Amino acid sequence: MTPNDNRSSIEKEYASLREEAKLRLKRLRETGQPNIYIGMATCGRAAGAIETKEAFEESLFKRDIQARIIPVGCMGHCYAEPLVLIEQSGFPTICYHQVTPGKARILVQNFLEGGDPCLEYVLGAMQPNDMLPCVTDFPRFGMEKRVVMEHCGLIDPDDICQYIARGGYAALVKALKMQPEEIIAQIKTSGLRGRGGAGFPTWKKWTIAREANSDRKIVICNADEGDPGAYMDRTILESNPHQVLEGLAICALAVGAEQGIFYIRAEYPLAVEKINNAIKAAREKHLLGPNILGSGFSLEISLFQGSGAFVCGEETALIKSIQGERGMPQVRPPFPALKGVWEFPTVINNVKTLASIPPIIRKGANWYAKIGTEKSSGTAIFSVVGDVVHPGLVEIPMGTTLRELIYDVCGGIPGRKKFKAVQIGGPSGGCLSEQFLDWPIDFDSLSEAGAMMGSGGMVVMNDESCMVEVARYFLDFTQKESCGKCTFCRIGTKHLLDILEAITKGEGTERDLELLQILSEDVKAGSLCGLGKTAPNPVLTTLRFFREEYEAHVFEKRCPAVMCRSLIAYYIDLDKCARGCDACMGSCPVDAIFTTKDRKKSIDQSKCVKCGECVSACPPEYDAVRKVSPPDRIPPEIVPQMEG
Amino acid sequence: MEVCRALEQGDKEEERILSDISSSLKLFERKRSNLIPLLQMIQKRHGYIPPMGMVLLAQHLDLSPSHVYGVATFYNQFRFNPPGKHPIKVCLGTACHVKGGEIILENFERKLGIKAGETTRDREFSLDRVACVGCCALAPVAIVNDKVEGHMTPSKVEGIILSLEIEKEKKKREADKDDTE
Repeated sequence: MTPNDNRSSIEKEYASLREEAKLRLKRLRETGQPNIYIGMATCGRAAGAIETKEAFEESLFKRDIQARIIPVGCMGHCYAEPLVLIEQSGFPTICYHQVTPGKARILVQNFLEGGDPCLEYVLGAMQPNDMLPCVTDFPRFGMEKRVVMEHCGLIDPDDICQYIARGGYAALVKALKMQPEEIIAQIKTSGLRGRGGAGFPTWKKWTIAREANSDRKIVICNADEGDPGAYMDRTILESNPHQVLEGLAICALAVGAEQGIFYIRAEYPLAVEKINNAIKAAREKHLLGPNILGSGFSLEISLFQGSGAFVCGEETALIKSIQGERGMPQVRPPFPALKGVWEFPTVINNVKTLASIPPIIRKGANWYAKIGTEKSSGTAIFSVVGDVVHPGLVEIPMGTTLRELIYDVCGGIPGRKKFKAVQIGGPSGGCLSEQFLDWPIDFDSLSEAGAMMGSGGMVVMNDESCMVEVARYFLDFTQKESCGKCTFCRIGTKHLLDILEAITKGEGTERDLELLQILSEDVKAGSLCGLGKTAPNPVLTTLRFFREEYEAHVFEKRCPAVMCRSLIAYYIDLDKCARGCDACMGSCPVDAIFTTKDRKKSIDQSKCVKCGECVSACPPEYDAVRKVSPPDRIPPEIVPQMEG
Repeated sequence: MEVCRALEQGDKEEERILSDISSSLKLFERKRSNLIPLLQMIQKRHGYIPPMGMVLLAQHLDLSPSHVYGVATFYNQFRFNPPGKHPIKVCLGTACHVKGGEIILENFERKLGIKAGETTRDREFSLDRVACVGCCALAPVAIVNDKVEGHMTPSKVEGIILSLEIEKEKKKREADKDDTE
């Protein structure tokens, strides 16, 4: 067969797949039945999507309405879960937020039966129309640029036809007709940099592996997402596994590999299930397996479940763990692209990197290079959590400023509180203060500021968060996750943690601040892998931008954010406390609250565990519970006087 | 420590588990790269990895037990004591931490009288800390019996444990009633 014949046969086979997929979807729509899409990724399920689905089913059955329920993945709008889209003829597709089982029943009764779209529950319409406002008018949708998550939450991850009908696997077909060097050249032009955190140019990795002389090469999708607070990889795998699969296939084609491995954390059972289903479905359609679409290119993909060690996100540690050993990083070079799993050249790419490949190949490298900034092209996905109005996953073009992301897209800080800091990049990143709000988000600017793109975790904090405590939290995490290979990382982080703990307890000294700085720099210099090299970042950035907080802890034994529990105390303002009210007393988990002589309440400081439950229990009209730091600032007139 | 404690127990339950492990091991190829998948298989079937199970696994793969122990303890996924009937996991991801996840964990610890990673003596409850479960918008979060409980507060902790205990009491009473009838 000449290459030309080969090309046309690939085209033909794909065209028939596409036709079949489109026809299937058309048939689904033609029946005139409404379609109900329910977000059923892990986050949706956590918010109660399973109960919502059951309520829909039960209600439809009871009212004898024919409708199709389609479980889809997640759009990333965590604040609005469970999210439901309803396609009903005569209406645009409408997106409903926080659909509890009760709302589900009302929607069936009023909308599907009665024709009233229940405007009070609507988030917006999915397309512009003259009936309802469109979701894109809402900055949380409108300011996003979806490349990687384009189809997430809109298609059924278990139905390969829905992906194909939307142009899925067209990029693989295009790549099959290209020379491997051409594919790599495309990726180079696109400027794609690894989304795992460090931002290494993807094309370089591929070229090294391409040029490596070996009869067997391996490509790996790294889905060992271990950062506490980042969950975009899981969401992508659960919502649109085929896009990642397609990216991995193109990667294998470019480097000349015939074996692929998905390395997924075992803590993500749903993602594991979705990828398994996707591999099976793609094999059935000849998009994976031997002789893909008759092109002569074969690829077998298997799945390996990671066992939850943060360090295994590091390439060499990941390789060790696949080989059945303790996941400890190794000295590089040799780079895995030359000598990886079982000594074969291995390309390891993050989920987001791989998911970016199909759009690049399909829409062209220049299109992608135009998104974002010159040195960091494309989009970035952040899981924005903490004190923002609209938390969730956000995909924005690189170069968007932090202010736009936090205030415009995510709706700012709730409850009239003040912005204090944003922690970017999880345990490897750093805390940035207000002065960085107008900085653009891209690989280089963030590193320059002392943070890091990292995994894309972003925690926004208001003025009630203590920076020393945040640094302690991340250090506690990295210290536990240190694999123990390098002395500085193993022992250095432990000492850093001890010092930070002492400071949060008010036992820190002036010398400790100096030690923190020195030790942090040493741990950075003395560690082999990214974990140790970046572990001190949270300490260093908070020391730099929030030094006055450290000083308050050390010199005044005071926590300015009134958060560190050893340095605060709760008391009840007797002027405000209502006689005879027992709300706080009932809520206290340790019975530290007692009734005073004049039938008001007081806190026994020796028993109090400072959980703050009494603050939320105290009725807002009294608002009598106060929090102070340091503890000796309780006014002297509040002397506990037992009843009788 | 865990190894010694579990070895001393040596109850019938464990014997049953061990015989199950040795029979299911036979179905797997004896190659080193199967070590982690096999550990996962054992944990999936029994909820934990008994120390003797690691010895059996080592024999099967022709590795030293210390190697298997070394690998198993390296990873957070594996637990070496049996889980409780009601597993409780408290999320300590970043968002939950900022919103007071530690306080929730502490309340569970106080209420149950065990530390994170342990199981109560009657094997009713086990308590674990987990990194992000991915519903940060509901922070702080705990997972009780595989159900996510969002917006946790110390009083909610008491409520959850109380309702589980009442349920147990109720079942016991019903069982007693059945017996007397």
